Amino acid sequence: MAYVIPTRPDDESHHAPQSFWTRYVWSQDHKVIAVQYGCTAIAVGLVGLVLSNLMRLQLGFPGEFAFINAERYYQFVTMHGMIMVIYLLTALFLGGFGNYLIPLMVGARDMVFPYLNMLSFWFYLLSVVVLIASFFVPGGPTGAGWTLYPPQAILPGTPGHDWGIIVMLVSLLIFIVAATMGGLNYVTTVLQARCEGMTLLRMPLSVWGIFTATILALLAFPALFVSGVMMLFDKVLGTSFFMPSLVSMGQLSAHQGGSPLLFQHLFWFFGHPEVYIVALPAFGIVSDLISVHARKAIFGYRTMVWAIVAIGGLSFVVWAHHMFVSGMNPYFGFFFATSTLIIAVPTAIKVYNWLLTLWRGDIHLSVPMLFALAFMLTFLLGGLTGLFLGNVSVDIPLSGTYFVVAHFHMVMGVAPLLVVFGGIYHWFPKITGRMLDDRLGHLHFWVTFLGTYAIFFPMHYLGLLGMPRRYHHFTDYEFIPASAHAFNAWITVIALIVGAVQLVFVFNLLWSAFRGRKAGPNPWQAASLEWATPETPPAHGNWGRDLPVVHRWAYAYSVPGAPRDFIAQDAPSKDGGAEPAYGGSP
Amino acid sequence: MNTSAVQLQAPDEATRERALSAGLWAFLVVVTSLFSLFLTAYVMRLSSPDATAVEMPRQLWISTSVLILGSLMMHRRQLNAGGACAMGFLVAQWWAWQALQAEHVVLTGNPAASFFYLLTALHGLHVAGGLVAWANVQASPTPGRIAMCARYWDYLLMLWIVLFAAFTWITPEVARVICGVSP
Repeated sequence: MAYVIPTRPDDESHHAPQSFWTRYVWSQDHKVIAVQYGCTAIAVGLVGLVLSNLMRLQLGFPGEFAFINAERYYQFVTMHGMIMVIYLLTALFLGGFGNYLIPLMVGARDMVFPYLNMLSFWFYLLSVVVLIASFFVPGGPTGAGWTLYPPQAILPGTPGHDWGIIVMLVSLLIFIVAATMGGLNYVTTVLQARCEGMTLLRMPLSVWGIFTATILALLAFPALFVSGVMMLFDKVLGTSFFMPSLVSMGQLSAHQGGSPLLFQHLFWFFGHPEVYIVALPAFGIVSDLISVHARKAIFGYRTMVWAIVAIGGLSFVVWAHHMFVSGMNPYFGFFFATSTLIIAVPTAIKVYNWLLTLWRGDIHLSVPMLFALAFMLTFLLGGLTGLFLGNVSVDIPLSGTYFVVAHFHMVMGVAPLLVVFGGIYHWFPKITGRMLDDRLGHLHFWVTFLGTYAIFFPMHYLGLLGMPRRYHHFTDYEFIPASAHAFNAWITVIALIVGAVQLVFVFNLLWSAFRGRKAGPNPWQAASLEWATPETPPAHGNWGRDLPVVHRWAYAYSVPGAPRDFIAQDAPSKDGGAEPAYGGSP
Repeated sequence: MNTSAVQLQAPDEATRERALSAGLWAFLVVVTSLFSLFLTAYVMRLSSPDATAVEMPRQLWISTSVLILGSLMMHRRQLNAGGACAMGFLVAQWWAWQALQAEHVVLTGNPAASFFYLLTALHGLHVAGGLVAWANVQASPTPGRIAMCARYWDYLLMLWIVLFAAFTWITPEVARVICGVSP
């Protein structure tokens, strides 16, 4: 952007922060907003984590904890799902990483609409406050399951059917407004504010992943908005968009003719792209982590970009694979199964390219790299079970079982979270100027990685055994053998340990932010632009008096003949390391 | 975090307008997605047996004319007249609601009526949002910013025509044919 060098001493940036309040609270600086987003998301994520541990206590030791009755259990399930998917992962990847990385990685002074960016955070915070408020309304939060299917979501018998569901829908609508304001910013910044020389095909894959995911969010969140508004009308104003005529508690309801299936279509038209709204930034970030920590150019950069775009496009034509058990015309089932399996092609390309990037690389097993490698393993496993569930005839018997719980926790719970952790360990020195503690990092990594495997891997077996998901307890079911109960207790113990070790991570964040070892401007010797800021942490405006000029891609590692094993993106052209002409390996 | 500031001038107007223009296009894509999904839901819901057609109130022709006039005014760079037309449109829409209410067409009961009220309200909110932007442009009415107002006004006009056409022509019978449902 054409910020010009001041000619008069009284010239100043249009939003240069002056006081404590404008610096840290009503800040329009993308880096401060990113940290605000990140801290809020992590805080609400800890609530989601506690809820999951409470659910595990009930499943592992049924009856031991009397306060977790069936009603509360379903409320925990619902809130855990919604918090983790929307308020933690979506907010953290787009609002946190997107806000921090996009302007720094493309060489911009800030987002193009800083005021809108600030509003985006405050709307997000409001949506979180409203969400948490649902714990304190009469009847408690909704227990309709995170998919909020009508008619049960608003009928008596479902926990939180009076107030909980209303508060949940209002919170979601506010979140969508926040995500839209943020999203317009990210897209416009990538399109309009790249520095000189930063062509689209020189952007780091992190930016590509976040950019594409933002476009998905802008197109898919309206579907959630539509279904949320219409359900709110059904609940509060008595319309019948989704509510059929039915007898509830012995009385004929006032609704008639509504279509619950319509809600499912709308919800999953949002819900499936949502998986990729979380996964694409993870793909992008993990590509950069692997490349930096293996000191090697990403293999097949352009293929990686096109794979991200292809996955984004395909994610809009697979939604009904979540509805195989709802019943549909067999030709539709065939179509959605086929489109689902086709997504495996670009996804597999990405996995192969990560492997080939590692091949003969100078692999440094730093904490970010460990998380990146763990992501590959976890995502691969979760992706493969997705191939099972994408087939109609396999999905129908497995759909109601723990196999599905195992699948989606591996692929969209644990895998993206591992990238979140890897990304935080990687960029923390840029954000705070200090390194996270390495020993605590290793402890956090090994317990989280091995622990989540120990939790979710056995669930595949429990699912194949026929153990149903969504049940409050499994006592008194003859077909569930004693070994399954033992497995459940074991999973619970591990889940508690994994939950506890996240506190170590939070401690590490807090302690290292103030007491950690000082980091240089570029501790990982990375080539991408965010490590080339004149100050660390970067000042408001990011780039000093002059914007950087970019001469190559972000992956100039181990270039033969170069004095160091990386060449920064803004080093002069004569230093070499230009991107290969056709996107192959250099 | 480092919150010290580099003293820099704000970007020049041309750069700012390019960014605003790109942001506006992106926003229009989002609104298109929103209303397309609503219209898809409208067709699916109207194909059910309990839906009956609602006769559109005559006032809608007035509101449509006012909205067309608003777009024309914006293209002639008559910022104030364009904004006034948008306000007039909202008033006319309100009048149309009153007319429907007087005929006992209520929000609940018939999905065609539910969708009519919901979608006109949402479209009206987008017009009102446009007026907020319009009020901001009043502060610095550059040709570029007025052109963006005109673009948004044109878009809302087209959107309204699509909605009006859907309310008029996609009756429950037509929706049943589209969805392949036999009555």
